[in-house]
Parts: sequence; structure tokens; C-alpha cells
Amino acid sequence: MYDPTVARLTYRALLGRRRALILGALPLLLIVIAVVVRALTGADDQTAVNVLGGFALATMVPIIGVIAGTGAIGPEIDDGSVVYLLSKPLKRPTIILTKLIVAIAVTMVFSAVPTLIAGLILNGNGQQIAVAYTVAALVASIAYAALFLLLGTVSRHAVVFGLVYALVWEALFGSLVPGARTLSIQQWSLAVAHKVAGGDLVTSDVGLPTATVLLVLVTVLATWYAGQKLRALTLAGEE
Amino acid sequence: MAVEQPMSAPVTRPGDQTRIHNIGYRTYDGPRLGRAYARRSLYSQSLRGAYGLGRSVKSKVLPMLLFVVMCVPAAIMVAVAVATKAKDLPVDYTRYAIIMQGVISLYVASQAPQSVSRDLRFKTVPLYFSRPIETADYVRAKYAALASAMFVLTAAPLLVLYVGALLAKLDFADQTKGFAQGLVSVALLSLLFAGIGLVIAAVTPRRGFGIAAVIAVLVISYGAVSTLQAIADAQNNTGAIPWIGLFSPVTLIDGVQTAFLGATSAAPGAVGPGTGEGVVYVLVLLGLIAVAYGLLLRRYKKVGL
Repeated sequence: MYDPTVARLTYRALLGRRRALILGALPLLLIVIAVVVRALTGADDQTAVNVLGGFALATMVPIIGVIAGTGAIGPEIDDGSVVYLLSKPLKRPTIILTKLIVAIAVTMVFSAVPTLIAGLILNGNGQQIAVAYTVAALVASIAYAALFLLLGTVSRHAVVFGLVYALVWEALFGSLVPGARTLSIQQWSLAVAHKVAGGDLVTSDVGLPTATVLLVLVTVLATWYAGQKLRALTLAGEE
Repeated sequence: MAVEQPMSAPVTRPGDQTRIHNIGYRTYDGPRLGRAYARRSLYSQSLRGAYGLGRSVKSKVLPMLLFVVMCVPAAIMVAVAVATKAKDLPVDYTRYAIIMQGVISLYVASQAPQSVSRDLRFKTVPLYFSRPIETADYVRAKYAALASAMFVLTAAPLLVLYVGALLAKLDFADQTKGFAQGLVSVALLSLLFAGIGLVIAAVTPRRGFGIAAVIAVLVISYGAVSTLQAIADAQNNTGAIPWIGLFSPVTLIDGVQTAFLGATSAAPGAVGPGTGEGVVYVLVLLGLIAVAYGLLLRRYKKVGL
């Protein structure tokens, strides 16, 4: 179910040229902010939670997930070169699964690793905060990558819809309507982080069992449906 | 196709039969509409395109949806103000765009690439410059069109608020002053956001990538700045808050209108820049707009060939 050639092509499409720049700029910014905050305020648990929760997990991870998830398949469908891939004797679910693994790996490397580094800079992993948010970023990477990869196969405007979900649904509605938080990957991953950190610093609106079930469900369903979409893909022209 | 040639005649001496026919093509010698007309057409087409007019139904959906989303909260606020006979609108004119910044960011992120990236992706830019327009005309028309589209997007809800306020018989002078201040603020915001969006879109022709890059710059910078401001506020380091605000477009606009347009700052603790810092804000704002214009000119000097 994993094809090294497809994986290599996807890596090159994702990290080629300018894409790698924007993917690398975001984590760099997070680390710079962490250094500045540490220099300004010293080690403080609440500050670390604010930066990691408010900036890393709420903003950075979804955006990197959108870029990696949709970028793994979107441009290929867009310029029509996906037909060369589809005409090879590979199962469509295999293609999707390979691309998903690559997207997850890229999202994890560019979001979880800097989160860990930023956490260590901010308060030296006091109260397990750095590790908790790293685990949350890892878990969120899987779900975001699967969801946005599905969007990439469903719509030609996948990036817009992905951003609308990440910014409008999770950030705006999540802060206004408490119910919207139950259906948010960010909150599910925070539930996992809550379990790791243990204390009251990292909180989530969703219980751990619900969060785990929903995370697995979303990932599996999105991957399965993306494979189904790829089996009956229609190529359309520009607009 | 040589249809006139009788098919039955055997072609024995092809050299004799070749000749140039004058089939009546004539050069155009009427009046030419010229550079200004071409620039105006490009402007109006780009402006219509920013709302999907003259394009497919699918591409109308998003800009129209965002426009409606911008206006509905204003209508609700007016309805509430009229129903409760309030003395004032629930939200300042200048604050409205700051609250709705997510929608504005999405609009500029979706429409800036639509405006310039497709020309670059399909390499149609040289075709524009085969017309009597210059690089600067193209850049000016596109910039003005996107800025106008954004002004329509941001000013329409203010108009709704203003008309509603007058219908609710709120103080006329007070409301007019607030409305005028709001209009100046959203005009500056439109210019700044359009400039940033176009520069990023002009260097990222690939579909989807431009959108992500614009959103990343707008949202990430705001997220970073507001996080730092919140921390500075928590540390009672209020002097640093206005200076941090210089580093993201939204807080930049917020600072300018706090200093000069009678707004209350949206920064944590409502700490906005004073007049002295406000001058720096205005200089940075105008500088950014000028830099965006300059970068666009430079970019199109290269790709226009």
C-alpha cells in the first residue's frame, strides 16, 4: 500500500522550490517568537501555553496542513498530469495512502518539530508543556493532512475551503459558538495534549475518548473517500 | 485551401499557378482609442472580475458569499439598534473592519491570485503589453481594481451601518463624522491589503499556492503580533504594545485609526499609539503601499517581455 516512486514524486512536488520556503518560514517565525518572548519575559508556563496554543497549534499547524495536504495532490489534478500517475498499474487507494503518508510526514516535520523546539526555548518543557503540544501537533498533523488531502481531490478550490475551515470554523466560530469546538481537529488534539500534560494548563472542550474516536474516524473516512474520489476522477478545464 | 482551383485540371506546371491574390484585406485607419482607454478597460474588467462578474457561476460564489458575510452582521447590528432604541451603534465604524478581518483576508487571498496569477500562469502577460499599454499602466490598473473591489467590500457594511443609524434617528453629526473616519480607514486598509496581496500573488503563479501565501502572511503576522501584544500586556509592558503592532497589516491599520481617526485600539488593554507613534505608523503604512507598488513594477518589467 506504499509506493516509493509516488512518494518521491510527491516529496519533490511538496518541497520543490518556493513551497519549501513558505513551509520553512512559518516554523522559523515560531522559533524567533519563542526566543523573543523568552528574552522579554523569562520562563513562564502560562506564556508558553499562550504562544504554543494560540500561535503554533491554532494558526501554524492548520496552515502547514493545508499547504502540505492539498499540495500533495491538488496541483497534479489541476494541471492534468495526474492522468499519467493514474494510468500506471497502481491501485488508486495506494496512491492516496502514499500521498497521505508523505503529507503527514511533511506536516509533522514542519509543525511538530518546531513546536517542540519552541516549547523547550519557552520554558524548558516545564510541566510537560512542550511535549504535550508536540504530541497535539503530531496528532493534528495526521487528521489535517487526511482532511485536506480529501479536499484536494474533491474541489479545485481546496486551498480556499481548507483555509475557511481552519480560520473561520476553528478560529472564529470556535471562539463564538462553544458547540463548534466539538467538531474541531484543534480541540481533539488538545484533548490528547491535556492527557499528556496532566495539569490544568492545557485544556480542551472535548473528552479524550470522544476526541480519539473522532480523530481516527475523520482520518480513516477522509482517506477512504479520497481513494473513492480518485477512482472516478473527472478532469475539468480551467474555470 | 485552394478551393478555386478546378479539381479536374491536372497540375502539370505548378510554378505557373502560384500567384498572390489580393483578397481585399485592408489596414485599420479609423480612430484608435489609445492607452488611456486600454487602461480603463483593464481596470473595469479586473474590478468586475474581482466579484466574478463576466466569469463563470462557480467563480461568482466565493466573492459574493464573502460580500454577504461582510454585510449581514452590519444589518443585524442595525436591526438590534433600531429595535432596542439604542443611543449608539453597538460597534464603531472604525472597529468593524478589524472584527471582520478574517473575511477581508480571505477575500484578498482569493481574489488577488485570480487577478494576476492566471495571466502569469498562462503566459498571457506579453499579450497585454502588445497593446499600447505600458508596464506601469498594467500595474496601476490591477492595483486600482483590487483596491476598489476591497473598498466596496469594506465600505458597504459601513454604509449599511450609517443608513441604519440615520433611520434609527441617532445623532446626525456624530454618525457622519464616525462614518467618514471609517471610510478613510477602510480606504487605507484596501490599499494596503491589495498591495500585499498583489505582490505575493504576482510571484506565485501556481494555483492555490498564492492563496495560501497571502493568507499565511496576513494571518500569521496578525497571530504573531497579537500573541506578543497579549504577553506584553500580561507583563504590564504597555510601552511595547504599540511598537509590536507595526509588524502586521491589521494592527498597523488599527494603530493609524487609533492615533488619528478617533478609534479605540483593538490591541490588548486598548493601548494604542499616541500622536508621535502614530506618525511612525502612517509613515510605515504609506511606505508599505509604495514598496508594494514598486515591487509590482519591478516584477512586471521582467515578466512583460
